Amino acid sequence: MSLRARQRSGWSAAFVLIAVCSLVPVVWIVMLSLKTPATATDGSFIPHHWTLSNYKDIFKEGIFTSALRNSIGIGLISTALAVLLASMAAYAIARLDFPGKRAILAVSLAVVMFPQISLVGPLYNLWRQIGLYDTWPGLIIPYMTFALPLSIYVLSSFFREIPWELEQAAQVDGATPFQAFRKVIAPLAMPGIVTTFIIVFMICWNDFVFAISLTSTTNAETVPAAIAQFPGASQFTQPIGDIAAAAVVVTVPVMLLVLLFQRRIVAGLTAGAVKG
Amino acid sequence: MSTGAVAAPDDVARPRRKRLSDRARAERRLAAMLVAPAAIVMIAVTAYPVVETLILSLQRADLRFPSANKFVGLDNYSAVLKAPVWWQDVGHTLIISVIAVSFQFVLGMLLALAMHRTLVARGLLRSIALVPYGIVAVVSAYSWDYAWGLDSGWIPKLLGLKSDPLSHPFGTYTAIIITEIWKNTPFMALLLLAGLALVSDELHEAAKVDGASAWQRFWRITVPLMKPAILVALLFRTLDEVRIFDVIYIFNQGANGTESISMLNYSTLLDRLNLGLGSAVSVLLFVLVAIIAFIFLKGFGAAAAPGGERA
Repeated sequence: MSLRARQRSGWSAAFVLIAVCSLVPVVWIVMLSLKTPATATDGSFIPHHWTLSNYKDIFKEGIFTSALRNSIGIGLISTALAVLLASMAAYAIARLDFPGKRAILAVSLAVVMFPQISLVGPLYNLWRQIGLYDTWPGLIIPYMTFALPLSIYVLSSFFREIPWELEQAAQVDGATPFQAFRKVIAPLAMPGIVTTFIIVFMICWNDFVFAISLTSTTNAETVPAAIAQFPGASQFTQPIGDIAAAAVVVTVPVMLLVLLFQRRIVAGLTAGAVKG
Repeated sequence: MSTGAVAAPDDVARPRRKRLSDRARAERRLAAMLVAPAAIVMIAVTAYPVVETLILSLQRADLRFPSANKFVGLDNYSAVLKAPVWWQDVGHTLIISVIAVSFQFVLGMLLALAMHRTLVARGLLRSIALVPYGIVAVVSAYSWDYAWGLDSGWIPKLLGLKSDPLSHPFGTYTAIIITEIWKNTPFMALLLLAGLALVSDELHEAAKVDGASAWQRFWRITVPLMKPAILVALLFRTLDEVRIFDVIYIFNQGANGTESISMLNYSTLLDRLNLGLGSAVSVLLFVLVAIIAFIFLKGFGAAAAPGGERA
């Protein structure tokens, strides 16, 4: 009993320590976003004068609302495409016998390892020539590509856990392999697909390298790129309050996903890691 | 991940199918149809820039002087490798990577153990610990940047600093590395947690009965069995740190001697628009990443391959 109690208080202390370390920077940026411009640089952790004016500011400016729209649209489309293509590939990898399975996994691994910054120059050049620079497809294409390897790993590890017999039973009953895929495996695979969708969306939502290199205006600039280019009062001052408020807004969806789907995210990433 | 491991459980069901060669051929055709779109996208989107980068790296190609383009062989590479800035940036990148990954590994292991074994609010602990992983990298960089700034931040106040910590290299490195550690330790922990989950409780119980201390059990049982997961976690995180870009860009675009290779790559390509030199930097960065991956897989891979001496 007393050992158990001592263990519990030890773990409680660990919990508090982990929570403080994880949350202080988040709380700090929230506090910063609630300070008035005059007190933004007073260096106190808790605002002396609370205000929501920074939030009003950023939603009044077109640059932030369009960036939010771009982030959501580009993120959802890239994620949907990546998960669709990856589900097909992962099904084949987990389920079918075919030559070249090793090759596709090797290509995926090479794509993961590739320094994204190295692709930026040629893509910038090509996008300008063919008119994709500063457009949605101009970001969707690289996002989808770089999300594919992780999606394939996570999904194929999920797909391996699906009871095969059901599919074979469907085929015995006369279903074609494609029907078996669509009617039997796809519903069973839904949890894995949702998990992958969340993880990939977070990665697209997060990207900075492509966003800052391949966009330049409100046409396609996503929030991370837009925040980094918020105009200050002068060339040498950063609009701290506006940046903090925008940072908080862009963090809210991610926090919700993490809190609501913690179990799925942990399962998805650890499953991918063990098999990878 | 190897095909051997994938195919093994299916062998039981396989022989009946092997005889039906129509069936096998249909299976291959379906597999090709399913894999092709993903494979084509990955190869098309990466192959063109890779080839283009290789070609450009052998040319004098400056967007500001397009008429001066010409083939110059390996001149760009020798120019980069002779430039002190390249070697300095390699040094900066390696300093940040080694320190950040070391801390991420130790803290990530502790966090993984806590997530795995805690008796208190496990779900909530995991959710909270995931917050830094989920947060947008640019947001985390701004939060820490403002926290360290002398005029805006709480950290100089807390530490009683009189001068701006971000005005000299030591302070800037400390701030950047802490940002990296905070943001990425949870991901490291998740990768390690995957390995922890594979270590059976029975082994621990048996060792406990034999009188092994918690410390001995960790080093003699947990660590050997986790070697593959440790390898993957260290490899992923190291490759990611070597490509560090966002945080440095937000902090100060590489001032105070913190310019990383990716930062140099970006400024050469997109600020100076020198595609020839920039492409040579890209190729060299990729070679560096490949060398690091190779060292990991050869060095640690050999150690991990036997699957833990004691298993």
